[in-house]
Amino acid sequence: MTRVRVLAGTRKGAFVLTSDGNRAKWHVSGPHFGGWEIYHMKGSPADPDRIYASQNTGWFGQLVQRSDDGGATWQAVGNEFSYATEPGTHLWYDGTPRPWEFKRVWHLEPSPADPDLAYAGVEDAALFKTSDGGASWTELTGLRTHESGPGWQPGAGGMCLHTIILDPVHAGRMFTAISAAGTFRSDDDGQTWRPVNRGLHSEGTLPEDEPEVGFCVHHVEMHPARPDTLYMQKHWDVMRSDDAGETWREVSGDLPTDFGFPIGVHAHEPDTIYVVPITSDSLHYPPDGKLRVYRSRCGGNEWEPLTRGLPQENCYVNVYRDAMAIDSLEKCGVYFGTTGGQVYASADAGDTWEPIVRDLPAVLSVEVQTLP
Amino acid sequence: MSEPEARCAATVRVVLPAHLKNLARVQGEVALRVGSERDAITRQAVLDALESAYPVLRGTIRDHVTGRRRAFVRFYACEQDLSNEPPDVPLPTAVIAGTEPFLIVGAMAGG
Repeated sequence: MTRVRVLAGTRKGAFVLTSDGNRAKWHVSGPHFGGWEIYHMKGSPADPDRIYASQNTGWFGQLVQRSDDGGATWQAVGNEFSYATEPGTHLWYDGTPRPWEFKRVWHLEPSPADPDLAYAGVEDAALFKTSDGGASWTELTGLRTHESGPGWQPGAGGMCLHTIILDPVHAGRMFTAISAAGTFRSDDDGQTWRPVNRGLHSEGTLPEDEPEVGFCVHHVEMHPARPDTLYMQKHWDVMRSDDAGETWREVSGDLPTDFGFPIGVHAHEPDTIYVVPITSDSLHYPPDGKLRVYRSRCGGNEWEPLTRGLPQENCYVNVYRDAMAIDSLEKCGVYFGTTGGQVYASADAGDTWEPIVRDLPAVLSVEVQTLP
Repeated sequence: MSEPEARCAATVRVVLPAHLKNLARVQGEVALRVGSERDAITRQAVLDALESAYPVLRGTIRDHVTGRRRAFVRFYACEQDLSNEPPDVPLPTAVIAGTEPFLIVGAMAGG
């Protein structure tokens, strides 16, 4: 029978949550790596038992863990993320130049075809690749050394490369997003990159009308069946591109607020998308203390609140950018984790919700694997 | 009894912080054979030996590239804070003699 495995990275360890296809009863395993921040975990589509995890603390730095048995046991693999060329400088918050300095891995993206191949998005922003199952990591320098790099500035959470999308149709095409530089596209397997941010706006903060970079993109998602369409939750604004990032248009529509972090796409309906509106950039909790996922069935602009099973009073949690995931069962499941330690699951595409767990440490990331 | 020489092989006792014990899958102290007639028993030699015996610890105590101590890691021995000593200074005699351990400590910070 089909199963699902939810990978929850938290502020104090990793948790593996498993269920059968009904997604009603869950087994919770963890904490793995107790006390460490787990920014992200993701399984290999080519070998679902292969899982990569980013493990970090301010004390002892960065580790990468790998499991070859679905998260039951783990081994530390390579943790050297050295910029391959002279790091140079980017802009600091005060506008002064600051040397690039590796801090942590935000996102791990395994290849769909090769379990030993994976990409890592790091802070300060750069893209690394492993071809040996994580034993060694090599920087793809074309992104960090883009001519706009010296002008990139960090967002409040750091200058992180948090989104990596591998286009399943166009060979060699991939997307990355960096806070607060913007979205970038490569058409040659990550060797060279160009910003794809036309149509994005950050009113009041940018001196130029249409700058090439300088956008606080929070997350980007793609439906594999429609790879030219990208959905973005920006700092403010929910955006959409239908030409592989060449141009963007706003689809915030009737959302109560268009600030937020994650965005998700339905597994079988490329026009059905999900966001979690957050009050504002200074109030990182849901409006009116009501935790609501909003769903659009037409690719944006028209949104419906999904509330059944979610707290509708006194709720002041946040949902981080990598903390929403969607399984690929026929009635697709939607999952998200909160800074309050809850991981919520919907087994009916968002109509109703239940918490899988309520009292984990703050959830940093959620991924889900649909298993045979 | 004569004092142990800084330039000779010795077994140094190392105490790791809890997170690094878990990572290295060790309990209690780690005993490391360090030094030679040519190489003094220094912090650098101890960390080299530690990372050689437990490669998983590479990068967790000192930076991969620069070799500098990570900001929130401290070194103590014989009730002395050795954190800011140069890495090539011989360790205290009692550490070389094995009567005192070399302590690697996660600094108090945060929650």
